[in-house]
Amino acid sequence: MKKWNLVIDVAKCFNCNACAMACHDEYNGNSFPGYAAEKPNLGHRWIEIRQRERGVCPVVEVAYLPVTCNHCDDPPCMKAARDGAIQKRADGIVIIVPEKAKGQKQLVDACPYGAIWWNEELQLPQAWPFDAHLLDAGWTETRGSQVCSTGAWRTLHVEDEEMQRIAREDKLEVRAPQLGTRPRVYYKNMDRWAKEFIAGSVEAAIGGVTECVEGARITLEKDGKALAEALSDPYGDFRFGGLEQGSGAYTLRISEPRFASKAVNVTLGATAVLGAIALQPA
Amino acid sequence: MSLVKIPFPMLLYGMYRMLRRQARKYPAFAKRLAERNLSAQIRTFDGGVGRWFRFRDGAVESAGGLHPNPDITVSVATAELGSELFTPWTNQLDRIEAMKNFQFTASGSDELVVWFTQTMAMMQTASWDYGIDMPDGTRRYVTNTNGGPLFTYVKDGKVVRITPLVFGEGDAKPWTIRARGKSFTPPHRTSAAVHTLCTKATLYSKDRLLYPMRRVDFDVKGDRNVRNRGISGYVRLSWDEALDTVAAEIKRMKTRHGQGAILASHGSHHMWGNLGYYLSGAFRFFNTIGYTRVVHNPDSWEGWYWGAMHHYGYRMRLGQTETYSLVEDLMKEAEMVVFWSADPETTSGSYSAQEGTPRRQWLAELGIEMVHIDPYLNHTAALLGGKWFAPRPGSDTAMAMAIAWVWITEGTYDRKFVAERTLGFDLWRDYLLGKEDGVPKTPEWQEAETGVPAKDVRALARRWASRKTYLGAGGWGNGHGGACRSATGIQWARTLSCLIAMQGIGKAGVNFGHLQWGTPIDVRFYFPGYSDGGLSGDVENTALALGLYQRMPQLPSFNPSRQKVPRLRIPEAILEGRTEGYPWDGKTIEGQFQKFTYPSPGHSPVHMYYKYGGASIGTMNDSNRYVRAYRSENLEFVVNQSIWFEGEAKFADIILPACTQFERWDISEFGGTGGYALHAQTQMNNRVIVLQHKCIEPLGESKSDFQIFVELASRLGLGAYFSEGQTELDWVKRMFDSSDVSKRISWKDFLKKGYYVVPPLAEDRRDPPSLRWFYEGRNKDVPEPHPLPGDYGEEYGHGLQTQSGKFEFECQSLKRFDPDDPERPPIVKYLRSWEGPGTDLAERFPLQLISPHSRFSYHTLSDGKQSPVNDIEEHRVLVDGYYYWVLRINAEDAAARGIRQHELVKVFNERGAVICAAHLTQRLPRGAVHAYESSACYDPLGEPGESPDRGGCINQLTPKRSIAAKVSATAANSCLVQVEPWKPSTKAAAVAARETAAV
Repeated sequence: MKKWNLVIDVAKCFNCNACAMACHDEYNGNSFPGYAAEKPNLGHRWIEIRQRERGVCPVVEVAYLPVTCNHCDDPPCMKAARDGAIQKRADGIVIIVPEKAKGQKQLVDACPYGAIWWNEELQLPQAWPFDAHLLDAGWTETRGSQVCSTGAWRTLHVEDEEMQRIAREDKLEVRAPQLGTRPRVYYKNMDRWAKEFIAGSVEAAIGGVTECVEGARITLEKDGKALAEALSDPYGDFRFGGLEQGSGAYTLRISEPRFASKAVNVTLGATAVLGAIALQPA
Repeated sequence: MSLVKIPFPMLLYGMYRMLRRQARKYPAFAKRLAERNLSAQIRTFDGGVGRWFRFRDGAVESAGGLHPNPDITVSVATAELGSELFTPWTNQLDRIEAMKNFQFTASGSDELVVWFTQTMAMMQTASWDYGIDMPDGTRRYVTNTNGGPLFTYVKDGKVVRITPLVFGEGDAKPWTIRARGKSFTPPHRTSAAVHTLCTKATLYSKDRLLYPMRRVDFDVKGDRNVRNRGISGYVRLSWDEALDTVAAEIKRMKTRHGQGAILASHGSHHMWGNLGYYLSGAFRFFNTIGYTRVVHNPDSWEGWYWGAMHHYGYRMRLGQTETYSLVEDLMKEAEMVVFWSADPETTSGSYSAQEGTPRRQWLAELGIEMVHIDPYLNHTAALLGGKWFAPRPGSDTAMAMAIAWVWITEGTYDRKFVAERTLGFDLWRDYLLGKEDGVPKTPEWQEAETGVPAKDVRALARRWASRKTYLGAGGWGNGHGGACRSATGIQWARTLSCLIAMQGIGKAGVNFGHLQWGTPIDVRFYFPGYSDGGLSGDVENTALALGLYQRMPQLPSFNPSRQKVPRLRIPEAILEGRTEGYPWDGKTIEGQFQKFTYPSPGHSPVHMYYKYGGASIGTMNDSNRYVRAYRSENLEFVVNQSIWFEGEAKFADIILPACTQFERWDISEFGGTGGYALHAQTQMNNRVIVLQHKCIEPLGESKSDFQIFVELASRLGLGAYFSEGQTELDWVKRMFDSSDVSKRISWKDFLKKGYYVVPPLAEDRRDPPSLRWFYEGRNKDVPEPHPLPGDYGEEYGHGLQTQSGKFEFECQSLKRFDPDDPERPPIVKYLRSWEGPGTDLAERFPLQLISPHSRFSYHTLSDGKQSPVNDIEEHRVLVDGYYYWVLRINAEDAAARGIRQHELVKVFNERGAVICAAHLTQRLPRGAVHAYESSACYDPLGEPGESPDRGGCINQLTPKRSIAAKVSATAANSCLVQVEPWKPSTKAAAVAARETAAV
């Protein structure tokens, strides 16, 4: 059968928070028996956007990661729940049943993703219920999808096999896959969040004036093996992304016919911005 | 003109029958009839025809003839005129003309006249049906906001949810642009700004004002305790007490002090709606009572209006150039876009929700390169990618001049265009080459000013010259926000206009813009914008005269006072009793040169302030001045008409609670502004006209602005004049009738559904790209009604609005005004900021603060108010139970001061201090800090106006000094500050001091 999934493109999220505000609009001031009790006005971020900067001014990348209930196929919260407080629906959606979950604060800690919030006033654990009440009433997408202007947030209603195919083809990832929770919330371009880059800018004295060097060939090597190659852009800039944090020693080999080749060694902890690399005449 | 004329006596009898019938059928109307007991007479002047109506406890009696002693009388000159005027929805012009020519009059209590005539109108509207029932038991209404229209789902009188408009099968489909072998079509729905998506929460905010209030120690007949404004609490009042007090003070001001004593002012923006906007009802009301007008400065256009406009005209766009069909031209032709101080993903084109966002996603798909120039790695840059240049705040002009220097020395500009279509280039060229001051404006020269490496600027200049490039300057692409709001804003906008001229503006792929303006929608379909004046009757200070006045005839309104105060000098007017300024006058190029002074000859100084909303402390400059002005003895009375209890509303003597647009009727267009932003709808992907339903009843005792003004006006005998005897819904119908919407959809269907989508132009009928005509030396061919005929030097339609009709590198208008003005010389020259690095102030306050238009609030709308945006950590950060405004600071600058992420800091200079939460970042160069403007919360930790504020009003720190001596313009982005950790001990002491002060 078709089930609900969410695909979030990290490269397209710019922290506008439209999804978070739409979520707030849906649940604050409203309760939907069997689905969700009222969300408090402040203090709960059922959809939360985290951010991470990499680089040094003026070579900086910013990544935003919207996080919410992952609607796991093997939800750890369910194991911690009593009295059927957590239900896994046939369509994949995980619901904290408000009528049954009262007082079950242990559910907050049971979620390894920090997606369950404690409502002190109602003594209820709460999370984003995938707008299940709307989908059950005929909506074809979640409110977050409806208001996402870049298309970063897509609601997919497909068979599991189809979802797995999409995940493979679009190189989708889930958060903390090692936990084995099998989330239904997938991420595209997760590298922007999880990986590091090495950047630099090639320059040289030409006619007595320092100029950006366009078209220099830069090879990224690790342990003597070429990993990637790039050409510097009109500003002399180059960038190698998708590198693991703390992945250690790399060598950059820079060549341009007019100049002597140059090698630069980098030890990568977090992202490395090398700044200007000056080439000398051949 | 009605087709069939019913004899007047029969019409009057029919009205009686209709009254009774509608009361039986519609309980709301029966309730209305029970509101007043009175006898009302309708008659001809000669008494030949008459009928009276007696309302008693909801029952209506009526008889033909004359009543011996009616409470009110409505008279028409003749029976024939009577049958014309009383036939429903006949020619409004006939009604207006009859009133103007004393052929249609009323006597008796003004309040009862208004009640009676509105009731007679309601008789016709009682049966109107609106909204659509949904399967889940809600009813779907439509409203409109500053950030897009909304479906509003209501159940049991309460708003359940709001969503953008998702169009259906019957709604016109959007356009498609074919570019580089691909087809692009925008979504068939509206988008919504984030500050709009939280409006259900702000509607029901605990900070809503639900009752009229009086400052507890304000005694209108005794001690007014004005020094306690901003300190004392409030007590609840009845509407009668509140309005009687305000009306009495209005009369007292005029009789005791004379014309000019009442100052009235509004924020830059209001709840959306052509009739509810400040340019409508507020202008009509203030004109009606006579007031000292606050002259706004064009605070999002400054550099363009005071500067760039002199190079190419476009004064009626405040220096923004025309933008027709530029989305298609950019997508088809351009190879590169330079975003310069442009963050459309944050500022949303002001009113256009997130309409431009999906379009800019197409840039990468089209392979168009992007460059971003901004001291802050703004959200547009971070999202779209491309080369980022981070010049020191206020130094951009140096970078721009160096680019021009490269083009000149390498001969890579459009020499034919410059030779044929421009004037004075040689003069500017010589200045750039250093022939005038011995300083060539080279990339190396700019490096010392901007901190941007010379090689990078050279590379940019060459890349730009070798590609067809759009220059997206500011949030709109050719104006709006950013660097134009700084001490160097005039030279920046001027230099950028010179750059785009050098590359041949109007050539395919070369123009201003970044896909924010210029979609191929149909702008020939008439629907007024809010600047068109609504029901203001004000042909002087709105765009009413351009079109709406003819289409929706109404009684005119004129302000009998000539006194004006510049908005940024309100405190000086009140505290010092004298000030001066230069006007924002889009009607002529020379209008801005006409200096005015306060007080105006023969006028009373200001003694009363009628303020609409509470935004000044968060949005004006050096805003502790405003706080001090409120606490001055010179101000005898302050009334604030506000929706929320926030900002300067807390400084009023009487507070009148207004409602939101959810709670009243209105009509408008998505992003339809008219006026200085003519055809701003081309920011939208779909043109959407909205009938703004009254979705719910006003909360508490709050009322619509219109209703408040009617009731106040009635106390001055002017309610019938103000309202023309009609309700808000009647005015909505009038505006519908006046527009082209009434030609496409019936009133019944429009009222029920709540919106109409205007079909886009057929692909082969799209407007030509802007300024192509100028580039090619033809007459103007875009649907823009300006320049005015008298602005053309040669034949009509030929050339620009400048004296020469050409792009003027040497501005003839500035040359005529003051050729020796060092701040605004005829050719643009480089001047360092008067508040920036290298100035004396920089030793004590070494950090440059930029405060752009905010991302998650719209001015002060949606900030504070316990709104959910407070939980967005980019907006506010929760520290020890309080939501603090965010200051962004370079991580090394923070480390040097011992400041860690999200710790509290004091941001301060000689003007004030604001407590913020620090956000450490690499998105700013060292030496620059960033905090959005427009906090709604003012929360001083001691004496108001003299203490650190933890509410986040960053504008307490910005300078009051105008960009230049001979303009009135904000330089908010030229602001030096120091930042230091905020010590809990000092904080505790200050809170204690505040508690003491409040006792």
